[in-house]
Amino acid sequence: MKWTFFHRMSSPKWFYDFSGKCLPWVGVLALGCIATGLTWGLLFTPPDYLQGNSYRIIFLHVPSASLAMTVYVGLAITAGIGYIWKIKLADMAVSCLAPIGASFCALALITGSIWGKPTWGTWWVWDARLTSMLILLFLYLGLVALREAFDSKETASRACAILAMVGLVNIPIIKFSVDWWNTLHQGATIKMTERPSMALEMLVPLLVSIAGFYLFCLFVFLLRLRAEIISREQRTSWVRSLLGAKS
Amino acid sequence: MSVSQGVMVVLRRDLHLAFRNRGDLINPLIFFMLVATLFPLGVGPDPDTLLVMGGGVIWVSALLANLLAMDSLFRSDFEDGSLEQLMLGPQPLWMIAMAKVISHWLVTGLPLTLLSPVLAIMFGLPVTALPAIVATLLLGTPLLSLIGAIGAGLTVGLRKGGILLSLLTLPLYIPVLIIGTGGIDAAVSEMVWSGHLMWQGVLLVLGVTFAPLAISASLRVSISG
Repeated sequence: MKWTFFHRMSSPKWFYDFSGKCLPWVGVLALGCIATGLTWGLLFTPPDYLQGNSYRIIFLHVPSASLAMTVYVGLAITAGIGYIWKIKLADMAVSCLAPIGASFCALALITGSIWGKPTWGTWWVWDARLTSMLILLFLYLGLVALREAFDSKETASRACAILAMVGLVNIPIIKFSVDWWNTLHQGATIKMTERPSMALEMLVPLLVSIAGFYLFCLFVFLLRLRAEIISREQRTSWVRSLLGAKS
Repeated sequence: MSVSQGVMVVLRRDLHLAFRNRGDLINPLIFFMLVATLFPLGVGPDPDTLLVMGGGVIWVSALLANLLAMDSLFRSDFEDGSLEQLMLGPQPLWMIAMAKVISHWLVTGLPLTLLSPVLAIMFGLPVTALPAIVATLLLGTPLLSLIGAIGAGLTVGLRKGGILLSLLTLPLYIPVLIIGTGGIDAAVSEMVWSGHLMWQGVLLVLGVTFAPLAISASLRVSISG
């Protein structure tokens, strides 16, 4: 087995070239999936028999909520890899992931709140899922704030990596304790209903939309990571020749 | 000097410093009482409301007082360079970090715990709930010190570390808060609260196991950066 493949993958220059080739494809696919999923979901699926048309925000809400969680796990694992093996590229990736994750988390909370108003009658319920999502947003914001506070990007990356790993250990505990808190404190408030077995004509556009959001996230991530690579490697000869060739 | 001797020296030195600086010792306690006093003023003196809120208010105040004292945990040692010297010594850094965490707890967490029954009575909590309050705080405050020290280690090199420290650590404090207040609530409504206490013990064991590694890693980042 040739493991040199891995080493090549962690080189910023190789990654810059490779991601440059992938970027247009990812972008086109993301656009296609989101356009298809949202048009299908918002215009052509039948209204829900219980919630009418208000359920249609699900095509935005579920993908962003799912991404908010996936991005954190990805971020923490990347941070661990970067911290243990001292891979520069992983550090850069972590710095790009935190703002993306925070945005999706905020989007999930906002769409959830807009959805909550017609369905539950309130903008906000201290439901276990909503509360954990809010805490996740705070964890993201903490990561972003910690990075902003350091002058040196290398130190910032290592500090954020530690915080991300501590967060990853803590997230299951937080999730568990918030669920528990909810059953302890919550009396007769509205309960998040069990997800009904979804009709196929709603499920398919939702899956397309989820795929589109994941691809879009990958697209934004690659864009930011490429900018970060250029910014951090600006002293190296390959970046100089790249910029020199363009200007 | 053996490892345990080194730890004891650091612990004794930190306690000495704390007791020479009486203000640093008393201020978190005053802050603890003051924050708790704000709640009845904010929500009204109705005894029924205070009974429901009491446990939570005591815990939130303890948490904030703990955080207030946390910013200075490594700061003076970082600024005068003694932290760097401690790092260069033969003792593993995590043991020294533990010594500092223990001294922080002895200076803030333990007095807060001992003071909490007074607040509990002021909030009209039943006397039968007092053991639950003291016990949950006794197990919970060391954990707060351990988690907070990770954030303190990360922010020690920064000029404006204080507000950032609270932003980083408060979300991580949430499980401790939930389980602590859950235990008090159970005791107030005369249910079994030993389960909550055991969970808090579990978290404390986890914290003692993993937090020192994270604290020493975060200190290394701050020193090298």
